[in-house]
Amino acid sequence: MLGYALRRLLVAIPTLLLLVIACFFLMHAAPGGPFTSERPLPPEVLANIEARYGLDQPLWKQLWDYVSNIVLRFDFGPSFVFKDRDVNDIIAQGFPISLTYGTLSFLVATIAGVALGIAAAIRHNTWVDYFAVSLGIAAQALPNFIMGPILILTFTLWLGWLPGGGWNGGQWPYLIMPVIALSTSYMGSIARITRSSMLEVMNSNFIRTARAKGLPERRIIYRHALKPALLPVISYLGPVFVYVLTGSVFVDIYFSTGGLGKSYVSSALTRDYAVLLGVTILYGALTVVVNLLTDLAYAWFDPKIRFQ
Amino acid sequence: MALLSVKDLHVNFDTNDGVVNAVSGVSFDIAAGECVGIVGESGSGKSQLFMAATGLLVGNGTATGSVKLQGKEILNLAVNDLNQLRGNDVGMIFQDPLTALTPHMRVGRQMSEVIALHRNVTGKKARQVCLQWLERVRIPDADRRLNQYPHELSGGMRQRVMIAMAMLCEPVLLIADEPTTALDVTVQAEVLELMLEMREAHGTAIALITHDMGVVAKMCDRVQVMRSGKFVECGNVETVFAQPQNDYTRRLLDAMPRIDSVVNRRKISTTRPLLQANDVRVSFQVAEARGLFRRRQLLRAVDGVSFDLYEGETLGIVGESGCGKSTLARAVLRLIEADGGSVSWLGSNLGELDRQSMIAARKDLQIVFQDPLASLDPRMTIADSIAEPLRTFRPDLTRRERRAEVQQMMQRVGLEPAMLNRYPHELSGGQNQRVGIARAMINRPKLIICDEAVSALDVSIQAQILTLLKALQEEFGLSMLFISHDLSVVRAISDRVMVIYLGRVVELADSESLCANPVHPYTQALISSVPVPDPVAERKRQRIRIPGELPSPLDRSARLRFLPSKLKAGEINYVPVLAEVATGHFVAEHDSLAEILENSAVTNVKTHG
Repeated sequence: MLGYALRRLLVAIPTLLLLVIACFFLMHAAPGGPFTSERPLPPEVLANIEARYGLDQPLWKQLWDYVSNIVLRFDFGPSFVFKDRDVNDIIAQGFPISLTYGTLSFLVATIAGVALGIAAAIRHNTWVDYFAVSLGIAAQALPNFIMGPILILTFTLWLGWLPGGGWNGGQWPYLIMPVIALSTSYMGSIARITRSSMLEVMNSNFIRTARAKGLPERRIIYRHALKPALLPVISYLGPVFVYVLTGSVFVDIYFSTGGLGKSYVSSALTRDYAVLLGVTILYGALTVVVNLLTDLAYAWFDPKIRFQ
Repeated sequence: MALLSVKDLHVNFDTNDGVVNAVSGVSFDIAAGECVGIVGESGSGKSQLFMAATGLLVGNGTATGSVKLQGKEILNLAVNDLNQLRGNDVGMIFQDPLTALTPHMRVGRQMSEVIALHRNVTGKKARQVCLQWLERVRIPDADRRLNQYPHELSGGMRQRVMIAMAMLCEPVLLIADEPTTALDVTVQAEVLELMLEMREAHGTAIALITHDMGVVAKMCDRVQVMRSGKFVECGNVETVFAQPQNDYTRRLLDAMPRIDSVVNRRKISTTRPLLQANDVRVSFQVAEARGLFRRRQLLRAVDGVSFDLYEGETLGIVGESGCGKSTLARAVLRLIEADGGSVSWLGSNLGELDRQSMIAARKDLQIVFQDPLASLDPRMTIADSIAEPLRTFRPDLTRRERRAEVQQMMQRVGLEPAMLNRYPHELSGGQNQRVGIARAMINRPKLIICDEAVSALDVSIQAQILTLLKALQEEFGLSMLFISHDLSVVRAISDRVMVIYLGRVVELADSESLCANPVHPYTQALISSVPVPDPVAERKRQRIRIPGELPSPLDRSARLRFLPSKLKAGEINYVPVLAEVATGHFVAEHDSLAEILENSAVTNVKTHG
């Protein structure tokens, strides 16, 4: 298994390299640049600035310098837009914030979703089931950019219980609304997947065997049914974890949390090549790692899976 | 007092199409230590009867009447009370041992939870008990098996684990629901004998639910024949088999092809072979993880098979699961490419044909598959499925002509032409297989390959399909390759039979001499494992057992299982020579049975130690 994990991480290197090359050329293919503005700069000034950031070099040379700086010095270069800040700084500041509320949202969505799904499956066709299914569908229909304003209107403007935004080092009153906004729709999806796969597993032959052994229902559910029922959930959770980190731009905007999502989008709008590439690589690497973890989790849930 | 006493049991299922009556008013007793067979075809309600008795009916099922176990009413008991009985007084074994065991739990854990629950024995002591039981059901290397997962065991071993698990608390009644249906004949014989031993040693009564009259003849004291939710006949096995009173019982018995019956031999002209397979080889790459790098291993599925097929002849191909018989069929038709040898059809080499001429050749080369429902397109009406080959090979036909052809063929294979616009899911298994045959027959091919074509069907349907195939053969002068794991079925339809073991031919002869005078030990073991539907004859038969499980085709020494002398000499790549012992009777080189038995005991210790 260790060999498998190492092999997967080795394969990740060319993958990330391809990602960098594709993004690099796409960015440069789009018209305009970081220093294009409504009031054109005098050509000498522009040439000066471009020379300062290396933009006068041929593209392949720029790419080569960029990649070799990352590999040799782990330096993602300076920001083109914010003077005196480099990409490493921006990521170091924004990423911990995104990671904090992202992980929390992920945990809330998973735990609440799985619990809701199992309860619905076990009490199939009773009021518990109907309630859980309607809650799941309602939650799924509320993406974070809808939940955000609703929460702020309710808890900040109307009830006045929670601060309407900011981060404050991640104190809990500042965390509650971002986490709820981000996790609701994922929770709904997880609940529905869990419910349907649990229903299927509870009708399978080995559950009949477990009943024929005289095991109490509760033990059958936890010991025999849960692991196989969670398999489809696991394959959904991997992408969800990446989504809650990357998709957080709305949370950053509504709740002024200062996470990486906002920097990512604004860097694309302002042509801040360095920040855009840096964050893309970060998310790419994250995706690779999360996919690997998902596959390893799969093997733990299903011993039939052997790594090759 | 009867151990289990069922009185006027009714089982109903509440479905969208109304209430379905699965069991209607059934009464019977099972005495302590008795083995009672409940026989019937699919849908007769034989399984639901016992599901109802043990409270395992699915959600929409209800049961009324009375079921008494040791004098105590158990029907519709609360789950908590039923749990005191299940696994404790009543053990159960189910058909498919792979899906019946929890896939993600180790064998030891699945077993020990039963005694933890009913006997309050846990930890090391529980493990000890489980180990003893695994040894009692003769699982080789039992200690290691406790830490394995179900998928790591062979089918036969899984069923032994099921039996050991059901026997852990020494129940008074063992309910076995088609316990050997999914297993190869040699493994079936082992498992059945094991159940008889359990009954002998622990006085356990057995309720054996099965469709196989041969299994009943081997195992049971009494038999209950069930049809559409009711018993049509019951009595002692000897009486029922010798003088069946009911029509249905008689039909069931007659439908069973018997390995010891007399078959009329047909005259086949052996002047010019239609199909010639010469040293056909097919292998697959199987990946195996080793540290950082992958290693590829060669699995030789078909390893040098040659045969001739004459006009109007049926050649049966028999072998156990994983022996390469289906791969051979696909290689003959070039549905997969062979990587060695040649197949010639009417003198031209099929392997050398280009795409266009191969398609043209397929008009004469057809195949019927095992699972009739899965091999038909669910979104096409059966008439469209049957007509498809006509569109390809006779595009000049008008719509009306095509329709007439299809209806004629449907009639010929025993399908109502009015069913034209039905979909596969609306038909029964037997009807779908008739569709498969009609589709294969519509262009009047010269060769049909039947790949386990009747294996998924009930005995009576199976007999009907076999009769149909024979009639079609007479009418159109077809040649057939009939592939099956069931030797008695193959014998009933074939002129010659070829036995395959791990991709190689071990014996080839006309079906009469092969079954009457088998020479190769493997053939002998196969034939002696097939139960005969006659309790008197069956209990007198001597079984030739070759110890150990069916080996993996990846294990190279397993190929020489019947030639241990060469294995000892270190000639691991030796290929046994096929010799003609009598006219048309070919047997692969092998050592004497005594030598094989002695050596397999040694290798078993080696591989499992």
